[in-house]
Amino acid sequence: MPPANPQANVRVVTLTIDGQDLSARADETIIEVCRENQIPIPSLCYLDGLSIWGACRLCLVELEGQNRLFAACSTRVAEGMRITTQTERLRRYRRTIVELLFAERSHICSVCVSNNHCELQTLAQKCGVDHVRIPYRQARYQMDSSHELFRLDHNRCILCTRCVRVCDEIEGAHTWDVMGRGSDCQVITDLAQPWGESETCTGCGKCVQVCPTGALVKQGTSAGEMVKDKHFLPILARRRHAP
Amino acid sequence: MSRTITIEPVTRIEGHARISLQLGDRGEVQDARFHLTQFRGFEKFCEGRPYREMPALTARTCGICPVSHILAANKACDHLLAVSIPPTAEKLRRIINLAQLTQSHALSFFHLSSPDLLLGWDSDPATRNIFGVMRQAPALAKDGIRLRQIGQTIIETLGGKKIHPTWVVPGGVSEALTPEKREAMLKLLPEGLEIAKRTYAFFKTLVPKFKDEAANFGTRDTLFLSLVSPEGNLEHYDGFLRLKDARGHLLEDKVPTWEYERMVGEAVEDFSYMKFPYYKAQGYPAGVYRVGPLARLNNANACGTPYADVALAEFHMLQESGPIASSFHYHYARLVEIIYALEMMDRLLKDPDILDTRVRARARSNRDAGIGVAEAPRGTLMHHYKIDDNGLVTWVNLIIATGHNNLAMNQAIRQVAEAYVDGNQLREGMLNRVEAVIRCFDPCLSCASHAFGQMPMLIELLDTSGQVVHRLSRD
Repeated sequence: MPPANPQANVRVVTLTIDGQDLSARADETIIEVCRENQIPIPSLCYLDGLSIWGACRLCLVELEGQNRLFAACSTRVAEGMRITTQTERLRRYRRTIVELLFAERSHICSVCVSNNHCELQTLAQKCGVDHVRIPYRQARYQMDSSHELFRLDHNRCILCTRCVRVCDEIEGAHTWDVMGRGSDCQVITDLAQPWGESETCTGCGKCVQVCPTGALVKQGTSAGEMVKDKHFLPILARRRHAP
Repeated sequence: MSRTITIEPVTRIEGHARISLQLGDRGEVQDARFHLTQFRGFEKFCEGRPYREMPALTARTCGICPVSHILAANKACDHLLAVSIPPTAEKLRRIINLAQLTQSHALSFFHLSSPDLLLGWDSDPATRNIFGVMRQAPALAKDGIRLRQIGQTIIETLGGKKIHPTWVVPGGVSEALTPEKREAMLKLLPEGLEIAKRTYAFFKTLVPKFKDEAANFGTRDTLFLSLVSPEGNLEHYDGFLRLKDARGHLLEDKVPTWEYERMVGEAVEDFSYMKFPYYKAQGYPAGVYRVGPLARLNNANACGTPYADVALAEFHMLQESGPIASSFHYHYARLVEIIYALEMMDRLLKDPDILDTRVRARARSNRDAGIGVAEAPRGTLMHHYKIDDNGLVTWVNLIIATGHNNLAMNQAIRQVAEAYVDGNQLREGMLNRVEAVIRCFDPCLSCASHAFGQMPMLIELLDTSGQVVHRLSRD
C-alpha cells in the first residue's frame, strides 16, 4: 500500500529511543522517528516513499517489557515506548542477516558495477561483516540483459522488492512481481518474460534507481560505475498521493 | 634403478608448480616436466556474464599483472563495440601498462631472481631470498623496492588503486588525467630511470660470471612471438604480431591481432593445468616459441627511446649474431625494458594531448566476437570473447603469456637438468638451477591455469621394484 497521507489531527506521543527522550506523531513508525532524529538504524527493504514490506528484518529493535523483537519499519510508536536500537543481540542478528544475504547469492563486490555505491556493501561494512561464516550456496542465476536500457542480475538480488513496489505504487505500471518460493524466489517482469519483451515496462528506470545493489543497473556500465539516485522518490510519492 | 626427483613447490615464482625429473639407471636425467598444479576456471565461470564485466573479472586472474588483463579485456571489448578509442585514452592506457611492466619486472629481477644472481646458486636456501639480498647488498634491495613502488604509484595515480584498478573501461578510460596527477607522476620518473640505469650497469658486470648458465639455461632453438609497432619497433599495447625463427628470419609479420588463431594452436597434456600453445604451421610439439621480454627485444628493430636503444644494441652483443637464444638473458631483456618503460612514460606524460578530456568512446556491442591482445610483462596476452545478442558472454578463450612459454619451459628445464643434475650425487644447488631457469621466464602460473574437460588424476603406489601395486584414478 502507498504511504498514508498525514492526518490533520494526530496526537503526539512521547517515547525514548536509546535513552533519548523524543516526541513523535502517533501515526509514525519507529524507523521514521529514528530517521528524523538521526538515530542510525540499518534497513534494506524500507525506503521513504514506498509502502512497508518488512522483509529484510535488519531494522529490528528491542522494546522494553517485550521479549520478541520488532521491525522498526512496520511498528508504530506509542506513548511511553522505550526502544533500544543497539544491543549486542541486535548487532549479532543484523550481522547474521547480512551474512545470509551474501551467502544466498553471488555478491562479489570487487567486480560489481555497483561497487562502492551499494547499500548492501555499506551495510556489511557497518555491521562488521569482515567475512561470511555461513557456507555460500553457490547457486548460479541467469542474467536478463534483453532490455535496451537496463540489465537484471538475479545473482545480486536480495529480494527487497523495492523494484516491485516503486513500479506499482509510483510508476503505476506493475511490470515487476515476485515468483517462486524460498530460495527459488525471483523478481520477474510481466509473466516471467524477458524484460526486453515486457509490454508494460515504460523504461522509466525507477526500479534501477531504487535497487539497493547491483541487481538492476544501466546497460553500458562497467565495474563501480553504477551510481544510483533516489532523491526523486519522496517527492514523487508525495505528489502521487497528495489529497 | 630409475627414480623420479620432485621439486615441489617451485619457489620464488608467481603461483604453484612442481617439477619432476625422471632419472635413468645410471642417475642420468631421462625426462623433465613442469607441472602447473593449481586450477582456476576463468574461461568457464565468465560465461553468462555481461562483456563489460570481463575487464574486472579477468583482472582477478592476477595480483601482479592485473593491468595486462584489464587492457587485453578492454581491447577485446573495444573490438566488440567496434570503436576506435580516443587517442588520449590510448596514450593513458599505454602509460598504465608501462607502469605495470616496470613494477612487475622489478619484482621478477630484484625480489625473485637477484638472490640467485647475488648470493649464488649453491648458497644456503634459508637466506637465498630478498632478505638475504637486503643483508648483502642493501642498496640494491632498496632500489628494487623503490622501483616497484614507483610503478605501483603510477598505477594508483592513474587507476585509483594499485591492484585491480577499474579506470580502464571499454571505449577508453573513465576519467581524464589532471595536471596535478601528471606532475606527480613526472616527478617520480627521473629517480626510477636512475635506478634502472644503475641496476642495468651493475648487471652488465655480472653477466660474464654466468657464462656457464647462459650456455645451458634454455638455449635450444625456438621461435619468438611478440607484438611490434607498425614500424617494427618495441611495442607493448597494440600493433601487429611478429614471429621470428631462431636464425632471425621472419616467419610471420604484420599479422593483425585478431588473426591469432591462424598462427597459434593449443594442445593439452594430462600432467599440467597449463595449455601448450604452438605455432600451427610447424605443428605440435615442434612449433615451440617463446614470448616475453627476450622475444620482444629479439623481434624489435628498435626501442625508440635513447637509453633503451643503447641498451638494446648492447643486448644484441651478448651473442655473435641472430636472436639471443639463451633464456638466461630474459633478465637482461627485463632491465632493458624497464629503462624503455620509464623513458616512454616520460615522453607520453609530456605529450601535448595527454590532458585532453575526450577519453572515452561510447557504443553498444556491434560484433559478436572480440579479440584483445596486449603485451603483458611476461609476454603476449590474448583475450577472445564471444557474446550473444544481449551482450552476455557465451565463450571465452584466454591465452596467457606464461602459457605460450610452456613448451619452451619444459625444454629448458630438461636442458638444465641434463647439464647440472647428477642423480648419484644430488645437491640442492643442482635443483636450484632447475628452478632458476623457470625464474628466467618469470612465469605467472595463477594466470596460466586451464582445464580441458575433466583433468584425469592418477595416483600410483609403486613397490621397491617399480611395480604398480595400487592405482587410484579419476576419469
